[in-house]
Amino acid sequence: MSHLTPPLARLQQPLIIEAGRTERHYWHDLWRYRELLGFLAWRDIKVRYKQAALGAAWAIVQPAVQTLLLTFVFGKLAKMPGGDVPYPLLVLAGLLPWQLFAGAFSGAGSSLVSNAHLISKVYFPRLIVPLSAVVVALIDMLILLAIALPACAFSGITPTWRLLLLPLFTLGTMLVALGAGLWITALTVKYRDFRFIAPFILQIGMFVTPVGYRTDFLPNWRDWLALNPLTSMVEGFRWCLLGGRTEFYAQGLCVSLAITTLLLLGGLWYFRTTERRFADVI
Amino acid sequence: MSDAIIKVEGLGKRYTLHHQARSGLLRDRIAGLFHNTFQRTKTAAATEEEFWALRDVNFTVNPGDVVGIIGRNGAGKSTLLKILSRITEPTTGRITINGRVASLLEVGTGFHGELSGRENIFLNGAILGMTRAEIKKKFDEIVAFSEVEKFLDTPVKHYSSGMYVRLAFAVAAHLEPEILIVDEVLAVGDQEFQKKCLGKMHEVASGQGRTVLFVSHNTSALLNVCDTGILLEQGRLSAQGDIKTIVNSYLETGLQRTQVFSASADRPHITTLEVDADALAAGDLIVNVGFRSPCPIVPVVGIVLSTDKGQPISGCNGRMIGSAWRPPAATEGVVKARLSPLLLHSGVYFISIWLSDPATDYDERRNALQFTFVSKNFYPQCPSIDEIGAADFAWKWE
Repeated sequence: MSHLTPPLARLQQPLIIEAGRTERHYWHDLWRYRELLGFLAWRDIKVRYKQAALGAAWAIVQPAVQTLLLTFVFGKLAKMPGGDVPYPLLVLAGLLPWQLFAGAFSGAGSSLVSNAHLISKVYFPRLIVPLSAVVVALIDMLILLAIALPACAFSGITPTWRLLLLPLFTLGTMLVALGAGLWITALTVKYRDFRFIAPFILQIGMFVTPVGYRTDFLPNWRDWLALNPLTSMVEGFRWCLLGGRTEFYAQGLCVSLAITTLLLLGGLWYFRTTERRFADVI
Repeated sequence: MSDAIIKVEGLGKRYTLHHQARSGLLRDRIAGLFHNTFQRTKTAAATEEEFWALRDVNFTVNPGDVVGIIGRNGAGKSTLLKILSRITEPTTGRITINGRVASLLEVGTGFHGELSGRENIFLNGAILGMTRAEIKKKFDEIVAFSEVEKFLDTPVKHYSSGMYVRLAFAVAAHLEPEILIVDEVLAVGDQEFQKKCLGKMHEVASGQGRTVLFVSHNTSALLNVCDTGILLEQGRLSAQGDIKTIVNSYLETGLQRTQVFSASADRPHITTLEVDADALAAGDLIVNVGFRSPCPIVPVVGIVLSTDKGQPISGCNGRMIGSAWRPPAATEGVVKARLSPLLLHSGVYFISIWLSDPATDYDERRNALQFTFVSKNFYPQCPSIDEIGAADFAWKWE
């Protein structure tokens, strides 16, 4: 059927393969392979809970336990002030972007190595692999969000117009995660050491990101914490979800966006320069 | 249509081999840094070696050509395919491709054991570059070709290896690119399935007029499917042309056409066995058997031709023909046996020989020499020798 009609590709300009020449088709190819992105994410989600008795419930159990743990450590033991917000909700709102970041970051880090059989056998823009890790993390976060919203309403926090800005902060978190994820992905292909370094980064990140505490009660530390691009995202999530009961630090957001841009552009650049050799070193 | 669909110019691919210590580990990188800064020794350089997997390769492929790529292990076939399918980048040179490429370097790339057959069809299709709409359109055809309808919703980890391969090939076979690159995938599956694959490739090539690049060690498959061929030797293109010529020159590069035997000198024995390569290429079999004896004998030589499975095809010896040919007695010499034309299908054959005089047997060498014969008769859809026999008698049809 379709072989009788002149195929589209023939009408397009020829494909030229040359050293250092992959650049031109790249973004076009990325768009062409957008369905593969969906399929890879779908595969990872589907496979992940396939033989687990609790299935997708794990996406909720884990953060629930973490919420209790952080509430206990920061709220009860360290006696950090929670303001007029129930401490568990404060933690839960912080965990949402953190889980998104952590999931995407660790997923991206291992993604190329665990898809090595694809990398060495088929062509597609390699960027799709870490991108699909980000998509998977996003879906996990949405499941968690579906729990968090009723939990907020139940505690008497009515949704406000601020909730409409949540997608922006979600996007921001995804960009931070992608930026960091691209670095870790490309570095892991070359140096497997980063498989050990990545969990370490996440452990430290959990504490330098205000997941378990509020920054507006820590004026001395606020500017330092703002250097972590995730800080603003966590604050943004809280501000949206908790209806403005926490303060939002606008200057911090500017710093965060600048750092995110650098991280992302740098990550893209590094990923693209090393990508050509992935199949040779993987 | 005269425009080349693939044009390869000056293609080269260099790999750098790191010997022992210099691996990709960060530790070694850091150690190397210190090493170079403080010691300035040459050890680092000495452990690196450049290796050209491909060097200065030029060829063009016309639309609709079915090209066989052939060469020994390590000749650069896989590297060439990887570059053509954009998995890795060339070091030098340039390739111009006018069309959509789909490459099949492995059957079932990206199959996931936990997913069902149905899910894997979609996943695998997407990985090979099909859109969801295309896969949906072809879904029924793919399922029919694979013959696994009943197990579509079973995770493929429970499939038998045959079912797995069938499903995987079915997806790949329904790609519709202008250029299809296939690597050795036919090495899997049972005989019947291999035939089905070859048939499908045939259909793709001749029926739909697509361009196919096909790598295989299986010379009879190559002869069946391809019209032209490319021979690679140690990373260089050593010949391009008609597939029969290419397969012949490939076989000539590697096969030993001569066997030398050592035996005690106190009794008559066979010294050499040789198949005339030029005659074989021309379609004749000429076997030269050398002998030596302590005392003059009237040499009687027996020859048996058999298939690569050991099934005898035809044999003859000097005793059986009696006085038709009786050479003079000698202490050494060469007996020449000729079969012209050699009425066999293309394939691999063995020669067994023995030596005697009119009364006593002296020496015997079973399956002493293996040779590959490429018949002048070219049958595009020839069944295998195991089915129709090795003999290619001249059938007349009315």
